[in-house]
Amino acid sequence: MRLAARETLIGFRRAPMLSALSITTIAFSLFAFGLFSLVALNLRSALQQVESRVEIRGFLIEDASPEAIANAMEIIGTYPEVARVEYVSPEQALERARTELQEFRDVFEAGFLPASLDIRLRDGHRDPATVESVAEKVKEFDFVNDVRFGAEWVAKLYTIRNVATAAGIILGLAFAAVAVIIISATIRMAVMARAREISIMRLVGATDAFIRRPFLIEGFIKGIAGGALALLLTWVASRVISQYFIQTEYFDLRLASLGLLGGAIIGVVGSAVSVGRQVRKVS
Amino acid sequence: MIRFANVYKEYPRTGAALNDVSFAVGKGEFVFLTGPSGAGKSSILKLIYMDELPTRGDVWVSGTRSRGVKRREISMLRRRLGVVFQDFRLLEDRTVEANVAFALEVIDVPPDKIRGKVSRLLTQVGLASKATNYPRELSGGEQQRVAIARALANDPFVLVADEPTGNLDDRATRGVFQLLRDINAGGTAVIMATHNLDLVKRSDCRVLEINRGQVVFDSAEEKRRMPEITP
Repeated sequence: MRLAARETLIGFRRAPMLSALSITTIAFSLFAFGLFSLVALNLRSALQQVESRVEIRGFLIEDASPEAIANAMEIIGTYPEVARVEYVSPEQALERARTELQEFRDVFEAGFLPASLDIRLRDGHRDPATVESVAEKVKEFDFVNDVRFGAEWVAKLYTIRNVATAAGIILGLAFAAVAVIIISATIRMAVMARAREISIMRLVGATDAFIRRPFLIEGFIKGIAGGALALLLTWVASRVISQYFIQTEYFDLRLASLGLLGGAIIGVVGSAVSVGRQVRKVS
Repeated sequence: MIRFANVYKEYPRTGAALNDVSFAVGKGEFVFLTGPSGAGKSSILKLIYMDELPTRGDVWVSGTRSRGVKRREISMLRRRLGVVFQDFRLLEDRTVEANVAFALEVIDVPPDKIRGKVSRLLTQVGLASKATNYPRELSGGEQQRVAIARALANDPFVLVADEPTGNLDDRATRGVFQLLRDINAGGTAVIMATHNLDLVKRSDCRVLEINRGQVVFDSAEEKRRMPEITP
């Protein structure tokens, strides 16, 4: 293993440009993937925040009887998706409107807003389909005049997030394939640069696996380096966006480690694809 | 120990290199392979260390048969034989001792054993004082001694030498040849391809002469036949 590590270092020293080329391609492939992942990640956390605020508000007709309302609240409360049902009287609605919309506080008058049932959903039940199905059920009560929920824009956010994730995966895979191809091409040159060592290794009885080992280690190190560079680039991009456009969230430790692992996989696969064939060419 | 049985070797571009070659080399023998350039000497040596395999026929080297041999078996075989070339094949960016140690490192000999072994080998080939020199700082004869030390690193049962004195002057040639004789005296068989007929004539070693891919003279056969001829 010591020898393999030393041979790896020699490989880097002999062909610094090739190593830099491999590392850069891995970095760019992961950077492309990383940028889209960042978009998906930020949309996801935005969605989570929005979702936690998702409420279904059923407006009630003026002469709804208190018993009917209490009865309906009990029924709605038993739905598995529902976390809480709250009755908001016209006075409370007015108060809330005045607090939330300070600049219009003088416009609102008593009796201006109807009473409502505010329904909050449980975690994991706030996707557009569930929201809509609960809203439909609430609408069926005769004294419910109208039901409001942010269905459209929740659905839109979901679509954007899915598109960003898919685009990230497709672009990332395309770049990863390019990185694998470039790395396997650079292996050919790396093998040629070390042809003498390889032929001597063969002569004294080194196995093929032993000869391949330094190249695989080299691929692994290049992959990790490429992954780290991609993380750095993504971090810079996220800082720039945060500073000039909109506050963004960066990968946590787990996602960052996944990025490094992705780099390592690209590096090792790229090397493994061609090293066996190339090493056999050296007599 | 080494046996060629009706061996043919053909190359796609240059055609037949060996034509029905049969001979055997016993334990501890010293054998010269002679013959003009292109006669097939190098092909025979490559077949011994299984860098190449016969087109037809069989080569046995210490129990390993060429037919159906696996790459791993070839690696294991090479750990038991040593090879030296006319052009030394040293690693120019490593010291003499690193060159010799390399042969031991690649077969996973523990590092603490390597140091002692390398120093013994360099003493054996008379280069103990040049351990930290680089190959380019040595004469041709000295470089060949390094290559021989490397070939001896895994205590081979046979040393295969392809024109080891081809690039050396007379004095260095004599020195390297004497070293090979000493190694042979220690029990290691030596098979040496050479153009140097003086060297061959001055010694009493077995000679296999190759011409146009065939064994045209084997001094061992000749010796066996002599009693029949002389009444």
